[in-house]
Amino acid sequence: MSILLYSVLTLGALGLIYGLGLAFASKKFHVEIDPKIEDINEILPSANCGACGYPGCAAYAEAVVEKGAEINLCAPGGDDVIKNIAEIMGMEATTADRKVAIIHCQSGGKDNTNFKYNYQGIETCKAAILVSGGPNACNYGCVYQYDCVRACKFDAMHIDDNGMIIVNNDNCTGCGACAIACPRDLIEMVSIKKRVHILCASHDKGAVSRKACGNNTACIACTLCVKKCPVDAITMDNNLAIIDYDKCIVCGMCADVCPTAAIFDPLKEVRAQKKAAAKAKAEAIKKRLEEQKANENKEEK
Amino acid sequence: MEFVGKILFMAVMAIFVQNFVLMRFLGLCPYIGVSKKLDSALGMGMAVIFVMTMASTFTWLIHTYLLVPLHIEFLQTIAFILTIASLVQLVEMVIQKTAPALYKSLGVFLPLITTNCAVLGVAILNIQSEYNFILAILNGLFAGIGFTLVLILMAGIRERLERAELPVSMKGMPISMIVAGSMALAFLGFSGLKF
Repeated sequence: MSILLYSVLTLGALGLIYGLGLAFASKKFHVEIDPKIEDINEILPSANCGACGYPGCAAYAEAVVEKGAEINLCAPGGDDVIKNIAEIMGMEATTADRKVAIIHCQSGGKDNTNFKYNYQGIETCKAAILVSGGPNACNYGCVYQYDCVRACKFDAMHIDDNGMIIVNNDNCTGCGACAIACPRDLIEMVSIKKRVHILCASHDKGAVSRKACGNNTACIACTLCVKKCPVDAITMDNNLAIIDYDKCIVCGMCADVCPTAAIFDPLKEVRAQKKAAAKAKAEAIKKRLEEQKANENKEEK
Repeated sequence: MEFVGKILFMAVMAIFVQNFVLMRFLGLCPYIGVSKKLDSALGMGMAVIFVMTMASTFTWLIHTYLLVPLHIEFLQTIAFILTIASLVQLVEMVIQKTAPALYKSLGVFLPLITTNCAVLGVAILNIQSEYNFILAILNGLFAGIGFTLVLILMAGIRERLERAELPVSMKGMPISMIVAGSMALAFLGFSGLKF
């Protein structure tokens, strides 16, 4: 019985002494932390994705308060978070340009891609590309093992019936985790406003990449787009056309001249419709003018 | 003179022959976790030396003057862990106040000293080896120095490996494991030391 009592008393006393000691120490060694940091940390989405360039949300919150970092760097948080941070910091909200993932290879899914062999190893892209340059005929293309889809924390990447990876721009927060996961660097984070993309990453010579690509989306390095671009946004880099998104004005002229389907312009139809509408309108006006003229002539007669 | 010789013998034993990390395989978590940078390895080592010495002091006192007279030696583990945890907490507060940069670079490994079995190991070994008060403190100090030595060696090697051209699949953890294994083998050589 006495052992039981001694045990409880000893441990209780030890705990009490240590607790009091630590309480005293915490007062003595108290470190002032700006309450703003905690407030901002609570607002941030806690995804710890690193899209802001800081290691985790807490580090970014600290950087905003103490080092005056930009308040619009949190891509997953979106406009709401920026507004809230602005309120805490007493600053004006500046909206961030949202970035989304663009996959620079659209070889058309498993059915359309030309494969050298049937890869049956470990199901990750990193492993697949190690086996004699990957299973694709094209040494630069997507190997369909979906490292990027697994890396996505926001359910923004889906695999369609044919094995193609579809990016859902609504869910994409621009964190860039997929771009890091892709061993072939096919994924780039691009402003959502820039809609025209070159969907090929092959640095092979034109004939080689045309032959290797199963979907006719290879850049064959014909340089037509480079010549056509009105703002000189496209340059050739070792047999591959590359758009400088800072210069691109999304006019879609490069997509029009591209002999393959390498340049993707989702606004093509919209543009065509607008063009047709404008043409029809112009013709209607012309017709009306002519009729007017004819009427005037008649009246004169 | 005999006492000095005994202390020297103990130092060599604790630092090299019975090195906590590479011979007893205790405290492997910070050995791999905090050995990426020399600076943080040094800071971690210093923190561990301090905690080990203090833990040896307090646990010996508690064991000798509290647990033994009351015949409750079976509470050894829990009482020691309580002591070590409080000490680590104290160290954490002091470091956060005095060296914020070190505090950040140590990160989660600082509170993890609490569960570092090397600290508990040295406390229990002090009791088992029936050291007296002075020897127990010194043993804690030497064990901490041994831990720091190995941590710094590892950090130095890993800093160089960072820039070395390695096969992709070997980069990072795999090569660290191989280095750790080779170092353990090298330290095995000390077990042949005779006095």
